[in-house]
Amino acid sequence: MVEAADRVTIRRRSLRPRRLLSSRLVSVLLYLLVVWLILRTALNGAAAMGYNWQWYRIPQFLLERTEDGFQAGELLTGLLASLILSGLAFLLALFLGLIVALLRLSDLVVGRAVARLFLEIVRNMPLLVLLYVFYYVTGPIFGLNRYVASVICLGVYHAALVSEIFRAGINSIATGQWEAAAAIGLSRRQTYRFVILPQAVRFMLPPMTGEAVNMIKSSAIVSVIAVAELTTAGRNIISDTYLSFEIWFTVAALYLAVTLCLSLLATHLEHRLATKS
Amino acid sequence: MSDTTPIIRMINVSKLFGDFVALDDVSLSVAAGERVVICGPSGSGKSTLIRCINRLEPHDRGRIIVDGLELDEDMANLRSVRQEVGMVFQQFNLFPHLTVLENLTLGPIRVRRMARPAAEALARQYLERVHIPEQADKYPGQLSGGQQQRVAIARALCMEPRIMLFDEPTSALDPEMIKEVLDVMVELAGTGMTMLCVTHEMGFARKVADRMVFMEAGRIVETAPPEAFFTAPASPRARLFLDQVLEH
Ligand SMILES: Nc1ncnc2c1ncn2[C@@H]1O[C@H](COP(=O)(O)OP(=O)(O)O)[C@@H](O)[C@H]1O
Ligand SMILES: [Mg+2]
Repeated sequence: MVEAADRVTIRRRSLRPRRLLSSRLVSVLLYLLVVWLILRTALNGAAAMGYNWQWYRIPQFLLERTEDGFQAGELLTGLLASLILSGLAFLLALFLGLIVALLRLSDLVVGRAVARLFLEIVRNMPLLVLLYVFYYVTGPIFGLNRYVASVICLGVYHAALVSEIFRAGINSIATGQWEAAAAIGLSRRQTYRFVILPQAVRFMLPPMTGEAVNMIKSSAIVSVIAVAELTTAGRNIISDTYLSFEIWFTVAALYLAVTLCLSLLATHLEHRLATKS
Repeated sequence: MSDTTPIIRMINVSKLFGDFVALDDVSLSVAAGERVVICGPSGSGKSTLIRCINRLEPHDRGRIIVDGLELDEDMANLRSVRQEVGMVFQQFNLFPHLTVLENLTLGPIRVRRMARPAAEALARQYLERVHIPEQADKYPGQLSGGQQQRVAIARALCMEPRIMLFDEPTSALDPEMIKEVLDVMVELAGTGMTMLCVTHEMGFARKVADRMVFMEAGRIVETAPPEAFFTAPASPRARLFLDQVLEH
């Protein structure tokens, strides 16, 4: 008992400097510092150019006042659309990623080959090209509209990394778990469902959250085929109002706010899992 | 008839890991209700032998017939065999994300298709048998090694198997916990369960074994009743081994 208690305090002590750096407060402060530096440089540059700031025109794009109270403006609507698009694409990425991971870990030679082929193709293609392929090539063939093409493109692209996360998580479970499950007669499928995946999820949650952040960031690319989302909304507003500096700053801040929240969630989860085990 | 037909028959079984011969033409028959203790030096193939009986390791040559079912590629056969054969591992291998009760009911619910209340009643009954009914709602990580191994025994028993395999069930335990696990195993032997135990606990072997099997380099070198084995082992290798084991 005494020994165990000693070990715990030693671990705590050796972790302290790293903990400080990875603590939420410090990372938020660092983030804000960087943002402030960028903003200051940009504002100075704009001042040198003689840019005419009109920040007062921005709030209407976030919240509009109508007869029945406030309503989401174009940018907030765009943000919501971005989140829905990313969410749908992420669900698809989870589904495809799990299948690819299970195929790679299976005994099926053909299954493993198919999974490898998928990964090689997706990994070695720029996201923008993949989007064009889905929109301009498979789109007309299968009658996909731009929204569906975008969801599939983003889902497929991120499925590659998601499958790696699944594979690493599944491989992190000791072989004894497989053997114990087999010994009581569980099938391979049941073993995955009741024994392996529930344990692997713990290891996978933090990297999955990171991948969700990546998904939100890469979802901006669908603005090149004019799918309604945050970046597209920003472009549209600018072409009407020429408020390019203010709008891009606002759009960037909105992305930042969302991804920052998710990153915080990831560190929080990591902490909780680390202290639990 | 059931008295004369062995419940386990291994006929000229060989198992290879690459070029390495882990089991070399092994034949062994076990009668229903018989208690066999397997011993031998480390690396002699004891684990491999009993892991072939529920096909955790598929054998490469020979035949294995368990309770009338031949072990082969047939998955349906394999599932039936695994329901008849319980296994206890050296490292317990409990499911850490499930409570003790959930560890015990997983097999009955998912494999035997029992209703949850019936499965839980069964699980509590076996927890009682291994003397830890009060630990049902804890997680494995909250239990001592001896308690975990007893949960593992109860988990295997919940499948109501006809055969129990033990692979060095006390080797990973602190000395003060070995007895509580062995006591449970002795009680189990008293119920007429067919048991195959790999163990170096010679006191346990003397007490419960009907037959001792001594292995060396992937072969069964000697098979004998315990009195004969312990007092006058036929092979020099077994004598040497016993000298080493009984020393401490
Ligand atoms: N999965 C495996 N791959 C390769 N070699 C193995 C494997 N399992 C066991 N062996 C080898 O087979 C031999 C017998 O192993 P094992 O049956 O575990 O011995 P024992 O249980 O008697 O100590 C050992 O030499 C071991 O190294
Ligand atoms: Mg062994």
